[in-house]
Amino acid sequence: MSQNSTRPVGPLVIDIENITKDYVMGKETVHALRGVSLQIHKNEYIAVMGPSGSGKSTLMNMLGCLDTPTSGRYEFSGKNVAEMNDDELAAIRNREIGFVFQTFNLLPRSTSLRNVELPLIYAGIDPDAREEMAIHVLHEVGLGDRMNHKPNELSGGQRQRVAVARALVNKPSIILADEPTGNLDSKTGEEIMTLFEDLYQRGNTIILVTHERDIAAHARRTVHLRDGLIETDHAGFIPELDLVALDRP
Amino acid sequence: MSAGRTGLGPVFRDMKRFLYELSESWKIAASQMRSNLTRSTLTALGVIIGIVAVTLMGTAIGGIQVGFDKSMSIFGDDVLYVGQWPWKKVDDWWNYRDRKKIKTEYADALNHMIAMTPNSNLMIAIPTSSVIRSVKYADSEVGNVLVRGTVSDYIITSTFDFKEGRFFNDLESRGGANVCVVGYDVADALFPSASPIDKSVLINGQPFKIVGVIARQGSFLGLFSLDSIVVMPLPAFQKYFTAKSEADILVKVKDKTKLAEAKDELAGLMRRVRGLPPEKKDDFSINEQQALKSTLDPIKNSIAVAGLFITGLSLFVGAIGIMNITFVSVKERTKEIGTRKALGARRRTILLQFLIESTALCLLGGIIGLGFAFAMCFLIGIAFPSFPIQFSTGLVVISMMVSVMTGLISGFAPAWTASRLDPVTALRYE
Repeated sequence: MSQNSTRPVGPLVIDIENITKDYVMGKETVHALRGVSLQIHKNEYIAVMGPSGSGKSTLMNMLGCLDTPTSGRYEFSGKNVAEMNDDELAAIRNREIGFVFQTFNLLPRSTSLRNVELPLIYAGIDPDAREEMAIHVLHEVGLGDRMNHKPNELSGGQRQRVAVARALVNKPSIILADEPTGNLDSKTGEEIMTLFEDLYQRGNTIILVTHERDIAAHARRTVHLRDGLIETDHAGFIPELDLVALDRP
Repeated sequence: MSAGRTGLGPVFRDMKRFLYELSESWKIAASQMRSNLTRSTLTALGVIIGIVAVTLMGTAIGGIQVGFDKSMSIFGDDVLYVGQWPWKKVDDWWNYRDRKKIKTEYADALNHMIAMTPNSNLMIAIPTSSVIRSVKYADSEVGNVLVRGTVSDYIITSTFDFKEGRFFNDLESRGGANVCVVGYDVADALFPSASPIDKSVLINGQPFKIVGVIARQGSFLGLFSLDSIVVMPLPAFQKYFTAKSEADILVKVKDKTKLAEAKDELAGLMRRVRGLPPEKKDDFSINEQQALKSTLDPIKNSIAVAGLFITGLSLFVGAIGIMNITFVSVKERTKEIGTRKALGARRRTILLQFLIESTALCLLGGIIGLGFAFAMCFLIGIAFPSFPIQFSTGLVVISMMVSVMTGLISGFAPAWTASRLDPVTALRYE
């Protein structure tokens, strides 16, 4: 994958400084994040790695504006996310973030087209423009001929392509993919990663959350989390280093 | 995105988004109902039964109202009734019991005074006197017939039509001829196949020639028939039926909008007739349709309230069913709610979506229920034509509104729960 070029980065999108997140579980307090600082720029392709319990999912929820930190600063395109209420967060998610989930999370009874249109409904886009935009991104992910199919009429790879199209349709600042190949066989997984590479080359910003080294190897920058802290953060994917980082006891 | 912090731009966009979300919610509701057909049907059944019960009760109450108004109209809204007793419940009945009887002669005195009064609000006073007797013809006999003696002008104050023949005329009235007019039931019982006109019936052993038959009037509040009646000239009545007769004076007013003034005037005239000194209270009662109505209205209304309350309970059970199924739906679709939130659905969006789902279900139940109720009313109308049933557009509108309200109220708690779900928890839900 390193044969593909690394694009120059753009302005700062995500600026996290020393955020923490505590969960109260019964009488215990779990410190999921203990002070994480991270800066992500436009046109980056970054993989967030870490074993389970490392705070990877919590960080992803923060980055995706699904949750707010207990303390610390989080600015998204200069806007302070840490202090936003539910509806303001919903608006940020709608306009700035495209989610791709491990389990695709498509609406089972809606066609590909209607699934892709969904974020546009919440954005208040006119029906005609909605359809046009959805058709456009479905062509972009190579599903121009599957627009009126429902998820159960599509293969796993096609479903994930619909999900990617849905993530792209609102022209978000970042695409946040949580284990996007986790429910796919390795061949289909590779196809999806080729799609991500293509999106990256076309100027999208991609954050990949994964525990698979093969998948993380596609990114241009790798962040390792352990015990709620960033352990390493370096350009590219260095097999020895990332192997050591993951497998160290 | 940064454009238009001020002005109408954001408001307009917000409104547009709301409309899109609304139409999206209706589509989701329809697709949910289609894909959970059995469940939706069973749940809607609760609402259907509720709406049928409430609607039928509503039509029955409407029917009672119509029957009530019809019964009341017998009395005429421009006629005052002078009698010994008031038409209302009295706690001191002993004060009325010893009043002097009303005499038919008062009518002449009243008419004389009315003629002498310029700009009187009263038109004419009609004497009536009644007893209960049985009526015979050949081998047939009808019991419990109201036999009433009056004058030919009685026709002015009454509301009935003639099936055949006529009312007795002034000459017969003054001369006290042995003629009579019979009610529909009397004619029907004694002359099932032939015309009763010019036949003579026996009352108290006296023959009376029938000159007219009154068209069917029905019953008074279903309590007693208004068609079991014989009307004859007062002098003839007085000749044979003086014992135990009850007299009333009917007074028609000129202008029914001035009923209160007319009533005051009549009270004054009656006091003069009775020769009452100013310090004495009235020893007679002047009654009117309206007074009777205001006595009977509370009874009618409490029947209506009790009926609607009891049938409302069945609708309540239906509403609980809707609430339950909406809770199930929220639980089942937790992950979908999470996904929608991740894609930018706000709390309001989710709230709206589930409210519309429960409302759509209720509305569907309401429409089907109304259809059933309409069909049942139609069939009842065919099977029992006399049963008072009243299906109105107002009722349709009200039951639709009740359905929508039921949906909104029963859907609110689950929809609120859904809208408050934490997106992270909802997304992780399996």
